Amino acid sequence: MARRVGLEVSLACAEAVKLANADVVAAYPITPQTHIVEHLAELVADGHLDAEFIPVESEHSAMSACIGSSAAGARTFTSSASQGLALMHEMLYIASSMRLPIVMAVANRSLSGPISIWNDHSDVMGERDTGWIQYFCENGQEVLDLTLTAFKIAEDPRVLLPVMVNMDGFILTHVIEPILMPEQAEVDAWLPPYVPQLCLDPAKPISMGMVGVPEVYTEAKRAQVQAINDSYPIILEHWASFAKQFGRSYQPVESYRTEDAEAVFVSMGSLSETIMSAVDEMRAAGQKVGVVRIRLWRPFPVAEFTKAVAKAETLVVIDRNLTFGAPAGPVATEVRALLFSQGIQKYVANFEAGLGGRDVTRDQFKEMLAKAQKAKAAGQDMTCEMVGVKE
Amino acid sequence: MISAAEAIKNYEKITPKNIPLAEPFSRGHRACQGCGEVLALRLVAKAVGQNLIAVSATGCMEIISSPYPQTAWNVPWIHVAFENAAAVASGVEAGRKALIRKGRIADAGAKIVAFAGDGGTADIGMQALSGALERGHDFTYVCLDNEAYMNTGIQRSSSTPFGASTTTSPSGSKSKGQMTWKKNMPMIAAAHNVPYVATASPAWHLDLMNKIRKAIATPGPAYVHIYSPCPTGWRCGPETSIETARLVVQTRIFPLYEVIDGKFVLTRDIKNPKPVEEYLKMQRRFRHLKPEDIEVIQKRVDADWERLLGFVKATNPEAAEKAE
Repeated sequence: MARRVGLEVSLACAEAVKLANADVVAAYPITPQTHIVEHLAELVADGHLDAEFIPVESEHSAMSACIGSSAAGARTFTSSASQGLALMHEMLYIASSMRLPIVMAVANRSLSGPISIWNDHSDVMGERDTGWIQYFCENGQEVLDLTLTAFKIAEDPRVLLPVMVNMDGFILTHVIEPILMPEQAEVDAWLPPYVPQLCLDPAKPISMGMVGVPEVYTEAKRAQVQAINDSYPIILEHWASFAKQFGRSYQPVESYRTEDAEAVFVSMGSLSETIMSAVDEMRAAGQKVGVVRIRLWRPFPVAEFTKAVAKAETLVVIDRNLTFGAPAGPVATEVRALLFSQGIQKYVANFEAGLGGRDVTRDQFKEMLAKAQKAKAAGQDMTCEMVGVKE
Repeated sequence: MISAAEAIKNYEKITPKNIPLAEPFSRGHRACQGCGEVLALRLVAKAVGQNLIAVSATGCMEIISSPYPQTAWNVPWIHVAFENAAAVASGVEAGRKALIRKGRIADAGAKIVAFAGDGGTADIGMQALSGALERGHDFTYVCLDNEAYMNTGIQRSSSTPFGASTTTSPSGSKSKGQMTWKKNMPMIAAAHNVPYVATASPAWHLDLMNKIRKAIATPGPAYVHIYSPCPTGWRCGPETSIETARLVVQTRIFPLYEVIDGKFVLTRDIKNPKPVEEYLKMQRRFRHLKPEDIEVIQKRVDADWERLLGFVKATNPEAAEKAE
């Protein structure tokens, strides 16, 4: 039986790593990720988690050590954010191209400058194309559950890709939430120890990280593209088996009050919960509005997303990050491209909100919708509109 | 943990009669003719044997040994990037340690050895190396020092010696080539208080292999800095590698020593050093140097040798006395 506990979300993430019996944790401190690795260091120090904790000298070395330990066949976890994630950038591509099932929690934080320790999604957007499976959590329970499923997905022999579990820094990581904590035995039964297909073993020598000459590079990358695309149904399969075992179900795209919605917000991460409350208020005022939350960002759930927004005429896409000099934010760009490529005509408004820890209120979502509808009626484009700027 | 001195007391010494025949690093790789670095690498691999788990930094040795689908490695080998061989080795060591403790893999005494060039060690990889040495992972780090970025076309590194002309420290009317002195990597490693540090030259192949045997026998981190002639980059004949590797020691430019538990041991005392000029004249990277430049280098080499003897005296007075 699961226990109901009140726990800081960072600690819930660390507890998930403990429940997963990780073999190696290599991490470097950076706000707002620190509580996750501090708690893991404690769990190791107190003998609750039998793992090697490598207190590396940088995030670059954190990911490098993770690559080494995963290549040695160990279940491997790290956590980072912001500048630290950016410092890992080079290594992230190598982890995925070597098909190493590393799990990383990212406590999403803005990027310098100006230096800001507070939340937005600029850090993860810079790592969008690194070949990792990436998804977003909205609350503490999801952090625990989705960290656990990350190991299951990553290590599946049909997948063998690293997984990045995104959680909003402070807004999620530093709040205490009620969490259902599964029993160790129940997790052990669902998530047995990692059995590598290939690893650094003197009894069976292999060469990893070889030179890819022009005659083989394209094929190597195609295999990787195919791997992440093929991971999609397996992610769903493991979320379904998690639901069966633990009773909580996750979908790549989740919809709220969209059945008859004329307009839907599109969002990722913890903002979605604020939008849902705003939607309730707007619904009470007679507006036909809903939310579509993208949980799985990579591989992108094209069919599910298209289906989820099929009925809405207007989409209000929230980007919690910036792209400089681009026609729209990264999320809105993808949404527009995938609708266009399928010949679907919709009005897609795009707002950049919640940057560098700025709160976004329910009223602001109402204003966004009003602005989008006004622009639509006037036949104007509404894109990269920054929310709440003090003029 | 036992001391390095204790651990290497009964190490398996290599002699001309028992040189291992196995080649964990096989022939057929794509190194240049006369490459002193690949010879050093082969000797290290021979000394470790089939229980080697190799971690390579990006560089000549990685490129020439692993053009997919061919590999020169008969042992498990991983290459990740340029600056992080020590960090990757940390992870391999920690991963195996955890799995052995949990009974998921057998402890068959595998030895983890990280290889990097001088750029991957003294420049871009210095931070990762320092971290791994400080954390005390049980591994050996081998720096194959050919004194410049040879893989990218002979650019200077912090390990390039004073006066050497490289493509980014060219000699010219206003330059003598490299204007700074070679970074002393083995001393930096020793400053981490790791149990075992050594320098080696492929001209003394048994000494080189035995230092590797000691390094892998030592629990915790060991650092071995190997002088690795590069005929291509140094502008000398491929047949001169061993001669160069011998002269660099005989001129006291690259002294052979060990630091065991902090105690300095001179493994080859050079009583009657040859003038540095003999060494410099062999390589066209130094050909622009004038007699007064060579004099500056000679003085520096003399001073560095005295300084090293000072370390021997300070940390290992019995050995120093015996030498005198």
